[in-house]
Amino acid sequence: MGLGAYLTLAAVLFAIGLFGVITRRNTIGILLGIELMLNAVNINLVAFARFNADVVGMIFTLFTISITVAEVALGLAITILVFRIRRTVVADHLDLLKG
Amino acid sequence: MSDPALLALTALLLPAVSFLVLAIVPPLRRHGHAAAYLSIVLSAASLVAAVAAWRVSAAGGFTERLFTWIPADAGPLAVVGVLADGDSTLMLILVALVSFLVQVYSLGYLSDEALPSLGRYYTYQSLFAFSMMGLVLAPNFVQLFICWELVGLCSYLLIGYWYTRPEAARAAVKAFWITKAGDTGMVVGIVLLWYQTGTFDFLQLLQLADTGLIPLEGLGVITFCIYLGAAGKSAQFPFHVWLPDAMEGPTPVSALIHAATMVTAGVYLLTRLVWLFRLTPDVMEIVAWNGAFTALLAAVLACVQTDIKRVLAYSTVSQLGYMMAAIGAGFASAGFLHLLTHGIFKALLFLGAGAVIHAVATNEIFQMGGLWRKMPQTTIVFVVGALSLAGIPFFGGFFSKEEILGATMAGGFRGAFAMLLFAAFLTAFYMFRVVFIAFGGTPAPAHGSAESHVHDAPPFMALPLWILAALAVGVGIFLPFVHWEAEFEALHWITYAAITVAVLGIALAYLVYQRRAISAGTLAAVFAPVRIAAERRFWLDDLFAGIYRAIILRFSLIVGWVDRYLVDGVLNVLSAWTLMAGDRLRRIQTGQPQDYVYGIALGVIALLVWIRWPR
Repeated sequence: MGLGAYLTLAAVLFAIGLFGVITRRNTIGILLGIELMLNAVNINLVAFARFNADVVGMIFTLFTISITVAEVALGLAITILVFRIRRTVVADHLDLLKG
Repeated sequence: MSDPALLALTALLLPAVSFLVLAIVPPLRRHGHAAAYLSIVLSAASLVAAVAAWRVSAAGGFTERLFTWIPADAGPLAVVGVLADGDSTLMLILVALVSFLVQVYSLGYLSDEALPSLGRYYTYQSLFAFSMMGLVLAPNFVQLFICWELVGLCSYLLIGYWYTRPEAARAAVKAFWITKAGDTGMVVGIVLLWYQTGTFDFLQLLQLADTGLIPLEGLGVITFCIYLGAAGKSAQFPFHVWLPDAMEGPTPVSALIHAATMVTAGVYLLTRLVWLFRLTPDVMEIVAWNGAFTALLAAVLACVQTDIKRVLAYSTVSQLGYMMAAIGAGFASAGFLHLLTHGIFKALLFLGAGAVIHAVATNEIFQMGGLWRKMPQTTIVFVVGALSLAGIPFFGGFFSKEEILGATMAGGFRGAFAMLLFAAFLTAFYMFRVVFIAFGGTPAPAHGSAESHVHDAPPFMALPLWILAALAVGVGIFLPFVHWEAEFEALHWITYAAITVAVLGIALAYLVYQRRAISAGTLAAVFAPVRIAAERRFWLDDLFAGIYRAIILRFSLIVGWVDRYLVDGVLNVLSAWTLMAGDRLRRIQTGQPQDYVYGIALGVIALLVWIRWPR
């Protein structure tokens, strides 16, 4: 399999994640979508590292994974706090940013 | 501290401190009496500094202390500071002295005022003292003009002190716009002079004038424009109409601003710039003739007034005319001398009149009558002032007035001399007309029951009166001995002529209003045309009112319409559009993060398409 296959997989995964972020009404679902998008990026990084024989991409991916973990933990914590205060995690009801 | 410039600077800054403190600390101002004491103490200190500055600088020479105000690469654009010499420090003493005495006097005169407005009064008084001193000590035209406008502003504020009275508000506006008309000429003159010589500084200009480097071509226009400003401030014909109306302000204000100091600013300016005016003899001639004409006109007008303050106001106009005539005749020192003595005895007369008004609560002399029984002290000081004004020997005004008469004669203005001599006769007449009607005779029936409370002024008011009276007499006695330089050879008969007309004027007033040997009615009938014209103020006020209504108000209406509907209209349409656009754009902010993500994704796709688009 060539580089193109990996990049196609990553692009499809990214599009699915973006679709999830835009269409899901539930905050948890949105977080999952973001997770998919980040992993699409990881696939890209690893694929380029493999085909260009450059280890930097692999190391960078490790950083991305650990930061993603922290980000998900933070996102879930915020979601729980929002639920405690507003008794809902449906994105349509969280419109305090409205101009 | 023997540097006169530093002392003068101290005298200048003390009232400024008082003004700033009163302006910045409202509780102090609202307390009234605290504001009054602060202002009085600082003005007393200022007087001490002024006297010290004069004692050092009276020997002669100039001392300057300059500060750059607006710096620029090619020399400072504007410089402020003080220029101390014999004349300016002498004038400084007059300003500080009268200002101090008037502030003390006002404690008594305005004792019935509400406390906050008393504080406001003293704030304005401090500002006035500062601006007037700044004008007197100005080393260049820039500072002079700024202070010139500041004293005009203080005059406006203090004339309109009782701003709820429509007459006072109207008089304040009238004084403001008439002096402003003259000031416009002055700005033009100053800028033209700067254009010709490249400097605002008095000493540099003096140097240029001495070495003959000031281009004479067009200089007449410049000096005439500067004279316009001086004529507006010093109430020369035809700008004199504002001064009598300015009497709507409190009487101490009239004494300080509209008799002793501010209105003499024009005379002072011409005294300072006499070397410049000497280069343009034509303008000097205008100054002399207009001064003499003003003196005579105002003296005639003063004879028919029944309001004690208006008599004094017209007499001020008349005396300013005397000073201008002397300067125009080429002898500025005579005019300056009369400025100083006039400042003292006219302040005295106004404060005396204020004591009377305070006691009987009316300005009409025919409602007073027989006051000498009730107010002996006030009568004595008022008569001292009246004798000084009439020009009786051993009183303040005699010597300086004779000097002016001699100056006009020596300058070759025979016609002006005759006018001034006749005006001197009228001066003695109208002044003693007031004295005999208000103080002599029997009490007027009008205030028969109310006169029980008519009594002499309280100590706060009496003290300044006595100080000024002592000064008026002292100046009259000592001035002939210390008479320093005689610029001209005075003719001896002028002295006798001056005394004769003064005595004749007093005698006529005595016969008409005290003895009633000559009926006032027949006198009025004989001079009926003059009297009627004078009662209408020679229609000059009507003329000015007509100009004001026909031209200035119409023009203001047009300008107001343009401003309201064109200028404001454009701005209103623009702001309405902005509001509308904001309202429309607001809707795209839904507050849903997903919509924003959608927007970002679409934007990224659009960017990619735009970048990769084949060109």
